[in-house]
Amino acid sequence: MDTFLPQLVNGLTLGGMYALIALGYTMVYGVLLLINFAHSEMIMSGGYVGLGAFLLLTNEGAIGPAARWFTSGSALSIVVLLLVVVLAAGLVTGLVGVLTERVAYRPLRHAPRLAPLISAVGVSIFLQNAALLWIFPSHSFPEILPHKDLGYGLTLQRVVIIGSSVVLLVVLDLFVNKTKVGRAMRATSQDKDAAGLMGVSVNRVIAVTFFIGPALGAVAGVFSGMYYGSITYNMGFFPGIKAFTAAVLGGIGDIRGAMVGGFFLGLVESMVAAYVSAGYKDVVTFLILIVVLVFRPGGIFGDAQIEKV
Amino acid sequence: MLAVEGLSAAYGKIEALHGVSFTVEEGEIVTLIGANGAGKSTILRTVSGLKRPRGGTISFLGEKIQGAPAHVVTSKGIIHVPEGRRIFPQMTVLENLEMGGFLVKDKAVAEASFDRVFGLFPRLKERVGQKGGTLSGGEQQMLAIGRALMAQPKLLMLDEPSMGLAPVIVETIFETIAELSRQRITILLVEQNANLALSIADRGYVLETGHVKLSGTGEQLLASEDVRKAYLGEG
Repeated sequence: MDTFLPQLVNGLTLGGMYALIALGYTMVYGVLLLINFAHSEMIMSGGYVGLGAFLLLTNEGAIGPAARWFTSGSALSIVVLLLVVVLAAGLVTGLVGVLTERVAYRPLRHAPRLAPLISAVGVSIFLQNAALLWIFPSHSFPEILPHKDLGYGLTLQRVVIIGSSVVLLVVLDLFVNKTKVGRAMRATSQDKDAAGLMGVSVNRVIAVTFFIGPALGAVAGVFSGMYYGSITYNMGFFPGIKAFTAAVLGGIGDIRGAMVGGFFLGLVESMVAAYVSAGYKDVVTFLILIVVLVFRPGGIFGDAQIEKV
Repeated sequence: MLAVEGLSAAYGKIEALHGVSFTVEEGEIVTLIGANGAGKSTILRTVSGLKRPRGGTISFLGEKIQGAPAHVVTSKGIIHVPEGRRIFPQMTVLENLEMGGFLVKDKAVAEASFDRVFGLFPRLKERVGQKGGTLSGGEQQMLAIGRALMAQPKLLMLDEPSMGLAPVIVETIFETIAELSRQRITILLVEQNANLALSIADRGYVLETGHVKLSGTGEQLLASEDVRKAYLGEG
């Protein structure tokens, strides 16, 4: 049990992040049948914007005495600081997402399927290099939360990451299933033309999707920065491709599947690292991706609808 | 009510409609008949905004609507039941109907629409919790029409409502269309089953490779030698 519980916590922490990121892939795929290869860069954008917000709020030269409150270390100031950092990352990255759809995908809406896919790769390379050249290649990231060990590998930071991931997932699930906009989104993903005939503005639904997915990815980016203590221009690559695996595992296009897939993959990874070898954790992830794609392309819960991609 | 003037549309370089003109007056059932590929569905898709016209005008209640996106056309009261029904397969019957009333803000109106739809199609009421994709073809067609009625249509455009259905069900569907017409809904009906369509229509237009070839009242067209030869399997 000495290894198991800490690894369980570790797996859930990773899993929460993967699930948040996986939603972006699955939602975009749902409405556009597009694998958004630039989604990795939304994670990176979240990390960069989150850091920017943090540096701004704690810089007395920039915002005056308020900065002193943010660095005071009081519980309330830490909560507000974290909230503002996460919200700023989500909001700005959400807008980046909407913008990428507008300039890189919408003009290709009726083009052959390969065209937007290539465009997505282009956006990904562009954003990585923009961060690399115009901002910085890498930077340390503050823990924000005080270091508090709660035993069994549980730290305050991990509790916050797992807890807020779960809350966001529940909120998103309610949004998609219970609200009118959510229903319009599901209708659009099942049949775009028919949704339009119901009076749904398909472009608006797509824009909303391209806001929410990247915003959630950005939150994961902030968490990743806090968790690993640094951010880099290509930090989105590995979590992105793993979350993509999680989305495929859960059945791409299936929102709840992506959530379950994310946690499952996080747990598998941490258990493999603990009981087999840390060197094998990525191997196992991609093995899962290949096996699922070959044998169950519709995902582990999905019906075998292979038509897509 | 609806006036289409010189409408043309194309798929890539292939022109599917070459200057089609027709009108639908309030309260009428008008049918467009013609062989496969004559452009019937393209006309409906262009009117409802799923497809952009290449030229011509479409006016509805005096307002030009050509080129407007589908959700805008729907908001004007033109409701299109597309070919192949296109219900939402992963949504329940109830959710499908709710989607039909997407633009209806008034709760009381939505309630009344539910009653009307369930009155016309008691079968749908029995199946409210079932996923759309699990319904039979006839039930799906009922759902597609029911969903359209939820939107309070002024003009209801039906594309091949009889397609792939057993004769008994086709009869039910056509009785419903006649009933809707009695309830003062204007109907534009596209059908391959020309005999059936002309028997309930006030007027009809015969299309051939993207042109209007003939037009007249339902009786006139049913009696016409050309129509009987080409579309009613006689001669």
